[in-house]
Amino acid sequence: MITEEQASQVVAEILGHYKKRKKNLIPLLQEVQTKLGYLPRKALREIAEFLDIPEIEVWGVATFYNQFRFVPLGKYHTMVCMGTACHLAGGRLILEALERELGIKVGETAKDGSFSLERVACIGCCMLAPVMVIRDRIYPKMTPFKVEEALIPYKQEVQNLNNIKKSKSK
Amino acid sequence: MTFEEIKSRARAEWEALQKNNYVLVSAATCGRAAGALDVVEAFNKELMRQGLEVPIIQVGCMGLCHAEPLVTICKAGSPRVVYPNVTPESVPRLVEGYVAGDDPCLELALGTLEGNGGEAVYIPELPRFEHELRLILRRCGFIDPEDINHYIANGGYSSLEKVSGMSPEKIVRELEKSGLRGRGGAGFPTHLKWELCCKAKSTPKYIICNADEGDPGAFMDRVILESDPHQVIEGMIIAGYVVGAEQGYIYVRAEYPLAIERVQIALKQAEELGFLGDNILSSGFGFHIEIAAGAGAFVSGEATALVAAIEGKRSEPRPRPPRLSEAGLWNKPTLLNNVKTFAYVPLIIERGADWFASIGTEGSKGTAVFTLAGKVANVGLTEVPMGTTLRELIYDIGGGIAKDKQFKAVQIGGPSGGCLPETLLDSPIDYDSLREAGSMMGSGGMIVMDEDNCMVDAARFFLDFSTKESCGKCTMCRLGTLQMLHILEDIRAGRGRVKDFDLLLALAEDVKAGSLCGLGKTAPNPVLTTLRYFRDEYEAHILEKRCPAGVCPELTVYYILPDKCDRACEHCVLTCPTEAVKGEKGEVKVIDQTKCSKCGTCLQVCPPEYNAVVKLSPVSLLPSSNLSKKGAKK
Repeated sequence: MITEEQASQVVAEILGHYKKRKKNLIPLLQEVQTKLGYLPRKALREIAEFLDIPEIEVWGVATFYNQFRFVPLGKYHTMVCMGTACHLAGGRLILEALERELGIKVGETAKDGSFSLERVACIGCCMLAPVMVIRDRIYPKMTPFKVEEALIPYKQEVQNLNNIKKSKSK
Repeated sequence: MTFEEIKSRARAEWEALQKNNYVLVSAATCGRAAGALDVVEAFNKELMRQGLEVPIIQVGCMGLCHAEPLVTICKAGSPRVVYPNVTPESVPRLVEGYVAGDDPCLELALGTLEGNGGEAVYIPELPRFEHELRLILRRCGFIDPEDINHYIANGGYSSLEKVSGMSPEKIVRELEKSGLRGRGGAGFPTHLKWELCCKAKSTPKYIICNADEGDPGAFMDRVILESDPHQVIEGMIIAGYVVGAEQGYIYVRAEYPLAIERVQIALKQAEELGFLGDNILSSGFGFHIEIAAGAGAFVSGEATALVAAIEGKRSEPRPRPPRLSEAGLWNKPTLLNNVKTFAYVPLIIERGADWFASIGTEGSKGTAVFTLAGKVANVGLTEVPMGTTLRELIYDIGGGIAKDKQFKAVQIGGPSGGCLPETLLDSPIDYDSLREAGSMMGSGGMIVMDEDNCMVDAARFFLDFSTKESCGKCTMCRLGTLQMLHILEDIRAGRGRVKDFDLLLALAEDVKAGSLCGLGKTAPNPVLTTLRYFRDEYEAHILEKRCPAGVCPELTVYYILPDKCDRACEHCVLTCPTEAVKGEKGEVKVIDQTKCSKCGTCLQVCPPEYNAVVKLSPVSLLPSSNLSKKGAKK
């Protein structure tokens, strides 16, 4: 995790590349999110000051679009496609299986920061329905059973990391 | 450089490529999801191992999604052979067989692109290509989208050169004669839009390409931008010349990172060769294009909402008039068209309006691009003349319904469209016929549903989508759709009432009447069409508490037939994700209904020789023995 000052520094550097024009608001939010993984409250204020518009306006735009998030993502960000083709092929079951297996609800990040779960409208891979995505890897033609299988290596990794953390703190 | 010089250089590069062997790997987003990049890597490795220098070109999508990753091996003097579902394991065989040797590996091939392959399947003669007419898809999958010379060598940018000698008025008349209508869905005559923007007095003017393809299940705009982006850019430059604009924007949704990347490369190359810039091809006319990346809002596909998004505001639609052609981006005259509409423009200039108008039907000219997804055998992308029937599209091109199931409905136009039944399969596809049937052309996403799909559930799905994506500006769209959704959820859960029919119809009319933009005006369509064509399914849910397709979880149970269950087999026990199937080895298996998540895994894994798992609806069909044993909910 980066500190608040580091985040401010990143934001300041990004702001340096942009002109003070309102049309840059969305590209700014996008770049900050790409760099920081999410939009911290403070970054929104800094963008508002830079563009010289009320903070509430930045907040209004940021909350309007699905792309923006205000909590950090998990290490393994998991997306379930809920497009039409995936829905017809059982997307709901994949989402339920992930909620069950990860112990988090859609839109949440696990307390240890390992996984986060999100539903997306359509990633345009309809011939592979139903699909889920972990980080950038697309898992085609999923079933609840295959969800369990696919998660095994990630869970293992998380467990190893947590064990290391524990032994260090001891 | 003059255009002639640019062209001859591009041709030289293209011809040099044709003299050698090269390999095309379909690596659009869909191909990559199927593993195309692994295949590219395997080719590189294998070619290096064999000491061969053969270019591997990552091309776009040929539209045969079911066959991805798709590889085409091109050999000078021999037929080009296309291989479906290539894996890294099959690459060494292909390299040794056809890249290095003369064995076309026909046992692995889909077919050949040239006809002298002897016993090999000749791809253009496959049943699907009898109906297809590829115009804006004609280069997709055959040229390198990241090399402008491939586009130029195949006729690209010659229309731009041609129009520099034509008056804007004449180009508008050509478009009028061609009969081109907007491919974004509503079908507004393109020439009218262009003419209105031409006549607008205020300056500067703007051109916007709408690539905010939000319909779930539609991906043709993505494919075009990833496979052949320059035709869209060329169309936009021509539009800029006609209306007198100097700045254009391509609004691409952020969910399409590869499309954004390829358009960026294309723009850069077009600038370098002088097709974009302050003085295009030394004509004195200047035009620039920027990419605006969307941030994930379905409503941004609506023209006025899209303009707000580029301005950096919340993407909310506003009332029209004024039209965008009078007051669009930053209140200046703006011409906004869909990706495909712009892609048709260079083609119409090149081959003439009469040629274009000779394709299609009376009211809908040219071709239409569709994505076929859902329960068809061959999921993919296709381009057919307007007026082709739904049956031809689904059965001849799509290969019919997968797994020999029964066709139930086809959903056209995404959340704004409708579900059409089998009786309408022979109606032609064009703007007006579809509207008459209660659906719309939309962006061209087509989802096929079979007997295992529940129409109430499908309607609920689309309404759920519209509810979530409603921007909230209009009360009827924000709350009316939510009320409709609640009613559908009640019906799905067995709490439906007879008066819900009238309530849904009344609400649908109100939502249509009380919404500003297309999202709200069309959101009730999936409900209205399913009520119109599949009323019996609603009745089964409401009157008998039965889901005929066995989809709605509250109305369906899974049951293991005791006399069919092979006691020794444990497939269902081992795969059940919620551990709901009980029974020791040698015992009949029983599903604990309180734990069952209705996922159907047990039904899928039960070996076909037993077929012991069945779906029952209504729930009252469940034998009391199962109920009493495991205490399922009454």
